[in-house]
Amino acid sequence: MTMVPITLTHFLLISAALFALGVYAVMTRRNAIMVLMGIELILNSANINFLAFSRFGGLNIEGQMMAIFVIILAAAEAAVALAIVLNIYKRFTTVNVDDISLLKD
Amino acid sequence: MRPELTIALAVLLLPLASFTLLIFTGRRYSERSGLVGTAFLGIDLLLALYLLAAKVPSDLKVWDHTFTWIDFHTAVNGVPLKIDIGIMVDDLTAVMLVVVTLISFLVHLFSLAYMKGDVRFSRYYANLGIFTFSMLGIVLTNNYLLMYVFWELVGLSSYLLIGHWYEKKSAADASKKAFLVNRVGDLGFFIGIMIVWMQFSTLTFDGIFGQIAGGKVPFDSNAWLTAAGMLIFCGAVGKSAQFPLHVWLPDAMEGPTPVSALIHAATMVAAGVYLTARTFPMLTADALLVIAYVGAVTAFIAATIALVQNDIKKILAYSTVSQLGYMVMGLGVGAYTAGVFHLVTHAAFKAGLFLASGSVIHAMHHALHHQHDHHTDAQDIRHMGGLKGKMPVTFWTMLIFTLAISGVPLTSGFMSKDEILAGTLAFSHFTGHTLIPVIGFLVAGLTAFYMFRMLIVVFLGSHPDAHRAEHLHESPKVMTVPLMVLAALSFFAFYSFNPLNASHGWFMENVTPPAVAVPAAAAATATETFVEEVHHQHSLAMLLSVGVAGLGILAAFVFYHWRKVSADAVMNAAKPVHTFLYNKWFFDELYHATAVAATLGTARALAWFDAVIVDGIVNGAGAVTKGFSTVSGKFDSIVVDGIVNLTATVAGFLGMLLRTVQTGRVQTYIVFALIGLMALLALYI
Repeated sequence: MTMVPITLTHFLLISAALFALGVYAVMTRRNAIMVLMGIELILNSANINFLAFSRFGGLNIEGQMMAIFVIILAAAEAAVALAIVLNIYKRFTTVNVDDISLLKD
Repeated sequence: MRPELTIALAVLLLPLASFTLLIFTGRRYSERSGLVGTAFLGIDLLLALYLLAAKVPSDLKVWDHTFTWIDFHTAVNGVPLKIDIGIMVDDLTAVMLVVVTLISFLVHLFSLAYMKGDVRFSRYYANLGIFTFSMLGIVLTNNYLLMYVFWELVGLSSYLLIGHWYEKKSAADASKKAFLVNRVGDLGFFIGIMIVWMQFSTLTFDGIFGQIAGGKVPFDSNAWLTAAGMLIFCGAVGKSAQFPLHVWLPDAMEGPTPVSALIHAATMVAAGVYLTARTFPMLTADALLVIAYVGAVTAFIAATIALVQNDIKKILAYSTVSQLGYMVMGLGVGAYTAGVFHLVTHAAFKAGLFLASGSVIHAMHHALHHQHDHHTDAQDIRHMGGLKGKMPVTFWTMLIFTLAISGVPLTSGFMSKDEILAGTLAFSHFTGHTLIPVIGFLVAGLTAFYMFRMLIVVFLGSHPDAHRAEHLHESPKVMTVPLMVLAALSFFAFYSFNPLNASHGWFMENVTPPAVAVPAAAAATATETFVEEVHHQHSLAMLLSVGVAGLGILAAFVFYHWRKVSADAVMNAAKPVHTFLYNKWFFDELYHATAVAATLGTARALAWFDAVIVDGIVNGAGAVTKGFSTVSGKFDSIVVDGIVNLTATVAGFLGMLLRTVQTGRVQTYIVFALIGLMALLALYI
């Protein structure tokens, strides 16, 4: 069996797939928590990209640094977002994003 | 200006002052306003008498004062265009001033008793004032412009006086009729003045006659001169009640009787004769012939009507028309002085006749009032009779007036009528128009007949109602004194010391015909020749006139006093003639059927035109406008509003469409953002 070397392309494909899955989750999930998880997927796909470019591209250590920043940012973002979701639930007694359409009015 | 002319102005203005004073303050004075008016006229009369006394011996023929009223600062045909007006006094004016103020004064005096208790007593005296003023204005003016102004003022004031009792429909109608009929004549007068003004650029008598004498005639044609003269004479036809415009005068008897005396003796009706006399120098032979015939026809028609009337004032009215016909005829035949002389003598005895009849009516009214009789006509001579014993002063004065108008010797009327008749004889001698003297003498006989008929029926015999007779009594002094004064003036001595021939009396010596200005080719018989012929005819005229007057008086006594012949039998025998005369030749009916009906018809046609055509056009225009506005409104509400609404609807629709995009769900927005991002990527990569 011939060993196919893992190249930058593979990373990018996985990252793209992950991004697509994240976007898909953000767009289709009705539960706000799930939407947040989709966002996490998107952020992580970006992290894969940063690391891949750090290994194969010219970013070197800066790529890994950036990935760590993103993870920290994602944690902070998750805290804020979950607080918002919690408030939404307090106000609307639901976390179903379809039912929350106050922006329309 | 001569001092005498200042006095003449004062004579003119005093009655106006009386009018002004009474019209504004009369209500306060009430009954005393009569005394105020009478006092004004008394002073006026004295001034006029002074003027006459100063004028007659004066060497100057005319006292004249003219000034330029309007100067147009331009010239027409080389004659400067300006309007000169002014006053003048010649012997005729001086005499007329006395006549007018005297009669007016006596009427003022008489009315104090006659109009006692009238509701508009002060108004009555005010109107007498303006009437006298207007008449004096006509007499004093020296130009046609002022003449016309005063002429119309006379028309107005006669309207006011005739319609004094305007609550009575007949009085209101009569005043209207007098005014309208006069308007017809005045139109001719006005056109005549226009011709004169257009051709001569002046309106003063002297200026016009001077130019005519200088050889200028209107439009270089003697026919136009004749036309101008006759048109001016039209005014006289109206005012002096000549055929065919005589119809207003008998109706005007609806006014108070003293007013009748004033209007129909000395003032209004005399104005026409006076105008003709003033215009005399420019009248051609043709115009004079027409004037003579108009006068003769008038005299005849009125005399025949007067024969059968039963209303005492109607008889006097028609006798007035008849005598005015005499005067006009006299002027027409060229007997200028005789015509004017008759005007003056007639003024005295006709005013007397009217005032005497007023006295009779006054007495009748009182007697009827006592009996509580409100149906019997106080003016119908058939209800009178035997008044001689009850009202001696009225009777004797009335007798004198009747003798005077009948032309019995020793009276003033005899002298003047005689001069006119002699004039007609001379006229027929020169021109061959024998009809004129024939009518003249015939009318003289008729006049004597109907006047004595009235006198006999009213005063002689016995009263038809014995009970009423007890209440009849003589009128108060204030009414009888004017009668006595006028009776005295009806004697010859005031005009000439020779009772049979007035031609050497002061009047005929002084009031002489004016110099004729008409070109020789169109002129009537020269004055000198004419006067000479009149002298020849004088004795014949005198004999004939005394003869016919005597016959007329005799016939009146035969019919009405001795009753040798029954007047009723004659009347029944000639029923159609009587009906014809009693209805005044059906003139009123004729005018109603023609002029009045035509006027009313035209008015109706115009009213129809107004209501149907003019209103139709106006309403049509309105309907069209309304239609247009409806269409425009529809356009507005459908098209314009439609476009606006459509825009809004489209915007709304688009908004509705776009609103669906705004779901309010964050996920949808993300989808859109992604689609947009991908589209941008697709575009740029």
